[in-house]
Amino acid sequence: MTEVSKMKYKTLIIVAVVALIIIFNALYVIDERQQVIITQFGDPVGGTINSAGLHLKIPFIQKVHFFEKRILEWDGDAKQIPTSDKRYIWLDTFSRWQINDPLKFYETTRFETAAHSRLDDIISGTTRDVISSHKLLEIVRNSNRQLTFTEEFETSDLGDVIKETIHFGRRSIADSIFVLSKPLIAEYGIELIDVRIKRLNYNEDVQSKVFDRMISERQKIATKFRSEGEGKSSEILGRMKKDLDQIESQAYETAQNIKGEADASAINIYANAYNRDPGFYEFLKTLETYELTIDKKNTLIMTTDSDYYKFLKSSK
Amino acid sequence: MADFEEIKASAKIPKIPKKRILTIVIIIAVAIFILTGLYTVNPEELGVIQRFGKYVVSTEPGLHFKIPFGVDKLTKVKVKEVFKEEFGFRTMRAGVKSQFSRRNFDVESVMLTGDLNIADVEWIIQYRIKDPVRYLFNVRNVEETIRDLTESVIREVVGDRSVDEVIVLNRKEIADEAEILLQKELNYYKAGVEVVTINLQNVNPPERVRPAFNEVNSAKQEKERIINQAWQKYNEIIPEARGKAKRTIEEAQGYAINRVNRANGDADRFMQMYNTYKNAKTVTRKRMYLETMQKILPNVEKVYIVDEEQKGLLPLLDLNDGGK
Repeated sequence: MTEVSKMKYKTLIIVAVVALIIIFNALYVIDERQQVIITQFGDPVGGTINSAGLHLKIPFIQKVHFFEKRILEWDGDAKQIPTSDKRYIWLDTFSRWQINDPLKFYETTRFETAAHSRLDDIISGTTRDVISSHKLLEIVRNSNRQLTFTEEFETSDLGDVIKETIHFGRRSIADSIFVLSKPLIAEYGIELIDVRIKRLNYNEDVQSKVFDRMISERQKIATKFRSEGEGKSSEILGRMKKDLDQIESQAYETAQNIKGEADASAINIYANAYNRDPGFYEFLKTLETYELTIDKKNTLIMTTDSDYYKFLKSSK
Repeated sequence: MADFEEIKASAKIPKIPKKRILTIVIIIAVAIFILTGLYTVNPEELGVIQRFGKYVVSTEPGLHFKIPFGVDKLTKVKVKEVFKEEFGFRTMRAGVKSQFSRRNFDVESVMLTGDLNIADVEWIIQYRIKDPVRYLFNVRNVEETIRDLTESVIREVVGDRSVDEVIVLNRKEIADEAEILLQKELNYYKAGVEVVTINLQNVNPPERVRPAFNEVNSAKQEKERIINQAWQKYNEIIPEARGKAKRTIEEAQGYAINRVNRANGDADRFMQMYNTYKNAKTVTRKRMYLETMQKILPNVEKVYIVDEEQKGLLPLLDLNDGGK
């Protein structure tokens, strides 16, 4: 090979390499999950690009900035907030958001961490405002759905809580936090997708009091059961006594009735028979009585005008 | 092979061994191209292909080809598998007898009910990826989103029910309602996820209140026991009394029969005696008297005979001594 051709060959390689570098720098890939803005010497040009695929830019001069396109998470810290009826509750909210204006986002926030701190500020603030202007029950309940209770609870005192009408409810309170936050966070190129109440709890003091109340409510029910049992038991035993008396006395009545009838007819029968000759009856009965009543232990006293003596006398 | 022919044609100048090396190199390159481009999708999966980041196709289970060297990117998504999230507890080791850990998950499970009481609710959610494309590209952290939404939805449903409803009366209804709401939320996020089921597990009163709830149950039992005892006593006494009453009546009837029969018998006897007696009144009377005396007197220890005209018991005829 000649010197010239060698030189040509070298130049060719260099040109090729440079061309490749330029091409690679001009090409960039956007994933389905991403969106992009292009800056030229720091100035944004051409707006948001969010169509995925292979793209071209002016190499070296333009710079690509990638941003998430998907819905992103935000989870707030639980915060202690008083409600309008002065109950202290822990409220934990979460939110979902999306970068909908990457340029604005780039200018004002640039990173997710910064966005989170903006969300913290805005959502906490609006949450506090909204929650403290509502009653606890409105935040807990969601509708005026009729509550039902087990039969044992129903008879105990339910208090006023159950009778209150819900004007807002949990969902619309979350919605109003969302509605209030949305325009504020829009400043940062962020679209708020959703704000929801995740958890809601009493603070420790209130919780302890609620537990006490729940315990006393249940004890009340337990006591009611026991005394119901006792009452019912007494009722049954009373009925038993009544039934017993009734059964026994009815039996006595019937028995006496039967006996009386029998006695009466016996009297009748005897009378009919003995009336034929009362004297003879008397005589028979006397003899019979002697026979039945006199034995060895007796001492018999007879008058001298008794028949027996008369017979003895006459036989002398 | 077209590439191969082309290169073969243009490479006429070098010597034969060189040409052979080139051929081998090209064959290897093609082989690598094909082999790295091949991929399989398992029966439970779908393959999602992105070309230069852009979604192009979802591939069914089987053997497929993609353009290698970073042009086509494959993500496999398990669409048949049912995923599970647990709330208020965690399965430590699943098995015939699974072990659970319940430590420190109160924050997930303790919630307010609509009557401002507190319940401890544990539950699970099962879900499936229905649309892999949505699942991959619409929401960044789907698991966390599902967890957050499920907690929110369950609390919303529980918050509209009394503690009794939550613990005792309508567990199934709560789960069903939450399932519908959650599916709606996930659709709103276009998460590509389908809720298979929400299932309430242990639903209890809070730890501290539990003894009081148990007390209600035991009081209920006790009530039944006391009532049963009373009935038992009733059933012990009353049938016996009924029996006794019957006995009393039967006895009275027995007495009546006895009484009447005896009266009839006595009357018959008397009548018969009388009918005979009336024909020989005096002699019969005397005979009967004497016969009786004959029967009685031998049995009597002492017989005193008193004369009415004289005062006192003496003089007397002592039949017993006199007899000796």
